[in-house]
Amino acid sequence: MAQPAIKMDATEERLAALTLPDSAPWAAEARSAALSRVRTMGLPHARDEYWKYTKPASLVQVEAPKAALFHNDEGPLWDDLDRVKVVFVDGEFDAAASDDLAVEGLEIERLSDAASKDIHWAKDLYGALEGASHTHTDRPLAALNTAFATDGLVIRVTGKVSKPVNLIYLHNSEDSDAILHHVVKIEEGAEMTLLETGPGAARFNTVLEVDVADSAAFHHVRVQGRDHERRAVTGVFTRLGTTSAFKSFTLTMNGVLTRNECVIELTGDDAQAHVAGACVGDGKDFHHDDTVFITHDAVNCESRQVFKKVLRNGATGVFQGKILVKEDAQKTDGYQISQSLLLDEDSQFLAKPELEIYADDVACSHGSTSGAIDDEALYYLRSRGVPLAQATDLLVLAFLAEALEEIADETLAEAIYERLEGWLGRRAS
Amino acid sequence: MLEIKDLRVELEEEDKKILKGVDLTVEPGKVHAIMGPNGSGKSTLSYVLSGKEGYEVTGGTATLDGVDLLDMEAEERAAAGLFLAFQYPVEIPGVGNMTFLRTAVNAQRKARGEEEMSAGEFLKVVRAKAKTLKIDADMLKRPVNVGFSGGEKKRNEILQMAMLEPKMCILDETDSGLDVDAMKLVAEGVNALRDEGRGFLVITHYQRLLDHIKPDVVHIMADGRIVKTGGPELALEVENNGYADILAEVA
Repeated sequence: MAQPAIKMDATEERLAALTLPDSAPWAAEARSAALSRVRTMGLPHARDEYWKYTKPASLVQVEAPKAALFHNDEGPLWDDLDRVKVVFVDGEFDAAASDDLAVEGLEIERLSDAASKDIHWAKDLYGALEGASHTHTDRPLAALNTAFATDGLVIRVTGKVSKPVNLIYLHNSEDSDAILHHVVKIEEGAEMTLLETGPGAARFNTVLEVDVADSAAFHHVRVQGRDHERRAVTGVFTRLGTTSAFKSFTLTMNGVLTRNECVIELTGDDAQAHVAGACVGDGKDFHHDDTVFITHDAVNCESRQVFKKVLRNGATGVFQGKILVKEDAQKTDGYQISQSLLLDEDSQFLAKPELEIYADDVACSHGSTSGAIDDEALYYLRSRGVPLAQATDLLVLAFLAEALEEIADETLAEAIYERLEGWLGRRAS
Repeated sequence: MLEIKDLRVELEEEDKKILKGVDLTVEPGKVHAIMGPNGSGKSTLSYVLSGKEGYEVTGGTATLDGVDLLDMEAEERAAAGLFLAFQYPVEIPGVGNMTFLRTAVNAQRKARGEEEMSAGEFLKVVRAKAKTLKIDADMLKRPVNVGFSGGEKKRNEILQMAMLEPKMCILDETDSGLDVDAMKLVAEGVNALRDEGRGFLVITHYQRLLDHIKPDVVHIMADGRIVKTGGPELALEVENNGYADILAEVA
């Protein structure tokens, strides 16, 4: 379908400001194919159905809107955890600040190194899952990422990795515009935990492609920092083999604009995909969007989406989630819940849950609710002596609990709870 | 000592008078019962005293040991020593019962300027008290009142009362929805808390609860007022003859 001129003009304007990085032929080919996809689809426009609830203009415009630097007084997350730290400053790998990347069971390379080699395993994966994700709906910002990503990691997991890899994204420049692309290949029976923390840049576009082979497992916990003015558009693309598992949790605290897309393909039987998000947003400028697309294309798979948002002082939350069950995907177990807790009448939640089912022997459920703090529960707590503010906090954390329960590791979850308590404690601002 | 004088209350949302001048004094160590037909204002009295929103006090006073209750937030009343056992305990998904109890105990201690209870000490105390109420470890772990049977909810109320050690306990139809065995268990829990320094106000429809929790004084409430006060024999009279005679007599 021909795209409207206004959209194509904005697309070309943006593309003119970007340069394709030098790469070996295989990577150059992947990048130029992605560029063609961007040109065909056009970058998102306010009139696009898929961007109905989230204004894409600031993510598309040539210059990244300035984002004041934010000093996080809480200190680094998971500081005591035994992990492999990989630091990116405004989207650029910082070797000096990072740990040694030689870890048993892992091969970690910088994208630019991998992409300069004539032959590399990432050839079959870089841009492949992103490229396959446009079947039902366009995801041009992810294609833009594949074409122009300036940095990122390619990770191959060959065994059960004992400690998590933590990608730490620092934001040190007010007008940084970062495009990062990571590729993770988890070989049969292998397992890893990937942590992502921090705001990243004034404007941050990340893509994470994860190929989970048969009987492999991928755990993902992400915390998008408190940096108030940053913008982010992220895409997680994954393909799951037989009896494999994918578990992803994201905590978002503040930031003016966040669009987190997650596209999951269950292609092997008996696979399991859980994707969850907890988001707390404050103020009229806060806009957070979770957009999920899960395709069941194999027998006896389970998928679970749990998204919870706490919104106050005029914040906006968006959820678009779809489960597509193909004809042969019998015995599918699909669950989707999206809920918002509105702490005042100025805040809003917009939800578009969808189910599209072609198989006849499936169990799929979805629900979406939006509500205020339960007055009865609040009175009950207060009548036991719990002060109003503390009672409200307890109920907010209780509301988020179902999403937080998706974090399998207790140590990781505890730190997330602490951050949430910190956020709640700053209510006076 | 709880002292209520000429308490007058209306619903905030509509122009409806519910309490029309209640006078009542509950001394420490005493158990007072309030009986009365539906709609007489018994539950409203308990809500107004505990600080539920939606009611407007248009006249009168209510004090606990001389301190004005009506001027305080619900949590301040609790910290001052008032406890209401709910007729319908509220379910709170996502908040563990133990977390709830500990938060409440420590919030009250903090409000009174006392030292908070350590996790270890709390655990020891709560386990001992739960045991006497036949509350098992599982019930302590589950979210507050979620999936509890009617009897479990009421026992959980009494456990909270035991942990918080209030000066003045109001029991709002604690017998409703309980079978005889459950009622006995709850009554034993209440009796174990009877103490020289602690007053009780037991709101009930039926004499049977008062067989187990023996009152010192029985009040009959009708149309927003205490219309008759007497000894335990008054509850028996209600049980045998209903309210009609009493109401006719005071009309």
